[in-house]
Amino acid sequence: MALHDLLLALPITFATLWTILLIVVEATAKRAQLTFSLTSVGFLILITMMLFPSEQGYAFGEMLRLSPYSQFANFVFALSGLLVITLSQSYLAKENIHFGEYYIIVFIATLGMMLMASAAHMVVLFIGLEIMSIALYVLAGIMRKDLRANEAAMKYFLLGAFSSGFFLYGISLIYGATGEMTLFKIGIYLQENSATSLFWIGLSLMMVGFLFKISAVPFHQWTPDVYEGSPTPSTALMSTASKAAAFTALITVVLNVSSQTENNSNWIFALSTIAVLTMVVGNIAALSQDNLKRMLAFSSIAHAGYMLVGIVAGSDAGYSAVLYYALVYSLMNIGAFGVIALIEQQRELTSASDYAGLFKEKPLLAGVMALFMLSLTGIPPFGGFIGKYKLFAAAVESGLSWLAVVGVLASAVSAYYYLRVVVFMFMREPQAENQFEGVVLNPTLVLIALLVFLLGIFPTGMLRFAGEAMKFAFNM
Amino acid sequence: MTLTLITFLPLIAALITLLIPKEQKQTIRLVSLLAAVGQVILAVVIWQNYNPSLAGVDDVSKFQFVERAAWFSVELGGYTVSADYLMGIDGLSVTMVILTAIVALVGVGASWTIEKSVKSYFVLYNLMSMSMMGCFLALDFFLFYIFWEVTLIPMYFLIGIWGGKNREYAAIKFFIYTLVGSVLMLLAIIALYASVIDPETGRNTFSMVAMANQQNFISGSALAPSEGNLLRALAFFALFLAFVIKVPMVPFHTWLPDAHVEAPTPISVVLAGVLLKLGGYGLLRINFPIFPEVFQQFAWWIALFGVISIVYGAFCAIAQTDFKKMVAYSSVSHMGFVLLGIAAVNSLGMSGAMLQMFSHGLLSPMMFLLVGVIYERAHTREMDKFGGLAKHMPVYAGFIMLAFMGNLGMPALSGFVAEAFVFLGAFAVEQTRLLSVIGTLGILLSAAYLLRAYKAMFTGERKPNAAYEVEGHHGEEHAHFHDWKGKVDLDGREIALLAPLAAIVIIIGVYPAPVLDLIMPSLNRVAEILSAAANVAMK
Repeated sequence: MALHDLLLALPITFATLWTILLIVVEATAKRAQLTFSLTSVGFLILITMMLFPSEQGYAFGEMLRLSPYSQFANFVFALSGLLVITLSQSYLAKENIHFGEYYIIVFIATLGMMLMASAAHMVVLFIGLEIMSIALYVLAGIMRKDLRANEAAMKYFLLGAFSSGFFLYGISLIYGATGEMTLFKIGIYLQENSATSLFWIGLSLMMVGFLFKISAVPFHQWTPDVYEGSPTPSTALMSTASKAAAFTALITVVLNVSSQTENNSNWIFALSTIAVLTMVVGNIAALSQDNLKRMLAFSSIAHAGYMLVGIVAGSDAGYSAVLYYALVYSLMNIGAFGVIALIEQQRELTSASDYAGLFKEKPLLAGVMALFMLSLTGIPPFGGFIGKYKLFAAAVESGLSWLAVVGVLASAVSAYYYLRVVVFMFMREPQAENQFEGVVLNPTLVLIALLVFLLGIFPTGMLRFAGEAMKFAFNM
Repeated sequence: MTLTLITFLPLIAALITLLIPKEQKQTIRLVSLLAAVGQVILAVVIWQNYNPSLAGVDDVSKFQFVERAAWFSVELGGYTVSADYLMGIDGLSVTMVILTAIVALVGVGASWTIEKSVKSYFVLYNLMSMSMMGCFLALDFFLFYIFWEVTLIPMYFLIGIWGGKNREYAAIKFFIYTLVGSVLMLLAIIALYASVIDPETGRNTFSMVAMANQQNFISGSALAPSEGNLLRALAFFALFLAFVIKVPMVPFHTWLPDAHVEAPTPISVVLAGVLLKLGGYGLLRINFPIFPEVFQQFAWWIALFGVISIVYGAFCAIAQTDFKKMVAYSSVSHMGFVLLGIAAVNSLGMSGAMLQMFSHGLLSPMMFLLVGVIYERAHTREMDKFGGLAKHMPVYAGFIMLAFMGNLGMPALSGFVAEAFVFLGAFAVEQTRLLSVIGTLGILLSAAYLLRAYKAMFTGERKPNAAYEVEGHHGEEHAHFHDWKGKVDLDGREIALLAPLAAIVIIIGVYPAPVLDLIMPSLNRVAEILSAAANVAMK
């Protein structure tokens, strides 16, 4: 029985064992390079594992639920983790923080995300959330001597702990209201009984926790400061995989309480209000940012708003659109932060105007960055377009055309600030000669760009994967 | 394969260009030239093998050179999303394909003098050329949208990197105007997909051909044609806005003068020659056949805005002192005729609109080439700095005269035929009669600004201490006009670019039948669809 459980939950079992291995190796050998290689191998094994169909079902007495759904999510996490660490290496070396534990912590964060996506029990959900969050707090503050990084870590930690408190309290209230901790049993209970106001308070508190993690308005205040202060590669992880994890867990919860939320006008009103606010505030605030990392922070808020549109749609089409978007968004955002990280190593560059003339000196790098910016805007033929198309199509299908209208208008606004970067890179003369000398293009970035492009032209495979994930999400 | 080849030939050229070292500028130019010549040859092949008796529009079997392949098809919880690679030609697109090939070739020729980052330039140019061609050939709305949006990106860079002093502003303005239109179009596409089924497969489809037949709408769906369906009007206007921003219709035209003034000559040529036509083509191919009854309802308003564009554009052109800006506003004015012709809702008016698109697609590249010639030599475009050019540049003055006459609707040139058809069509219908009378004012006004420009620049005496001593506008090399030593008239390359355009303008002006034969069956079909919808509306 126990062995069967371990095998069923193989990705998580493997990730846990691999974490221990990494810690032992780092403690004995103390060689960052070795730890890096081993972590990459770990991620690669995880990614390979996710590409093969596997058995599905509950493990450990209905604590975990393994399905194509968790598989897709784990694929996104492991891929993001791998890309982030390959982009981190030279950055860390330059900042003199090239410690082996960095990679281990990234790996642990990924493990937490995987738990969140596979959770069938609210306690597991919470444990996953905490594993991920604590790992991210450490990553935010890993530049111990940097004042801004310390501020970022502290802010992230305090507010994150606060939101975890909400989340936990929500769990306990839901338990009080339904008498169950296992998600699908809560679902069964809610189908048979009507929801009490205690349940709604509990669900709202849980939602606060989720909305904090995905930095939806009005729980977004921490985002720009933390993104700006943290080391850029770990910002890339925070803004992508951790959001994807929160979204997958959110979908799990919403699906199980769908008997109450479906066609519930209050629920749809509340969530769509937040989605609209998030899209509008994110995009408008991003317009006035000069610092590139802050601009991307606000843009990541806006992207969370687009993904919320899929959640509001409340259909399988909407959820699978969110999954697909999570993948594409992770790729393009990691790519964008990767470019910033690369250039930051050379000199302290913060504002868009510092990128003037990049095209002249490093045409390929500028081209790759332009591709990420255009894809983030949602322009075909790049992956971001297909993702946005699916999200808004799902909203229209569910009779929420007005939400789709707000969404596309908001994304038209976003063109301005993404293109501003492009303008500087391509159309302005460099401020000084050879200022980008020594910037070496990381081949990973080209790979990411290629993936974003392919996801835009031939999306079938990945869309099918995301569709499958939803089909088997909750009927065994 | 013909259509795939004519569309993606420039893409192949772009990929080859990527492999050529950037020092070998001449090789890069030749590769693009080869691709453009190939496109023209294929366009001629298409023209020769095109059977003008088939109408197309709302029947796939009456399209020609059809290519169809499944592109992607995904089942997503309950419903399937599938898009096809569906290409085909009918009377609405055949002239535009030929025009695109010609203008793209002229554009390559005009790009010969570009020296800044030649490699990137031609890669982008070829991408743009590919996506323009794709727009006219795609029959799947999703595919069309991709091509439509892809025209934006290279255009943005081409204006933004190779443009004039104020290029960043112009590039971003162009981008955002068009993007706002196209995101609205995207919403309409989503709603249409959910409402239309393909009669052959019985599944939802992006096929524009299926959408053009009202019977393919699922009854009870969001956009089903029923009495007082407000959503249909909204979807119509979402698409309409996207297309008239491209046309451009007043009051959505303000991006155009900026874009033209800043764009380098070859990009102005392509912008005016082809990209603006995408708007008119979109109206004819998509807006009207899919929402005929909404169009009927608002035809008068469309005609009104067409006339406003004609008159307002012409007045703006009169007020300009910059030669290129004047030509840009005259584009606004002349594209207004397209709207007026379409809004006449009869095949006469629509054929006038099609002809006007074709004719303007030849005349405006000529005009921009000619502006480019003078700017390259004098580094200024201020018209009152010149004078007496006819004496020093007789060949140039000849071409200018021809282009001006074509533009102001001189008989025996293509502009006359087109505008005459537009007026005849619009006059024949009671509701647009008064508007067409007002529209004739546009011809009068264009005579005013064109002749004034001619007088200022070409007649009289050369002005001392003016154009001929102008310092380079971007502080680069000084003007070539300092002394009139040497040859300043058109060189061989420039004549080679202008002469074919001029020849086609004259041929169509004298004998428009070949073009009309190509377009009439399809336009008659569009008119039928529209009048059928009008009859239903009356009952």
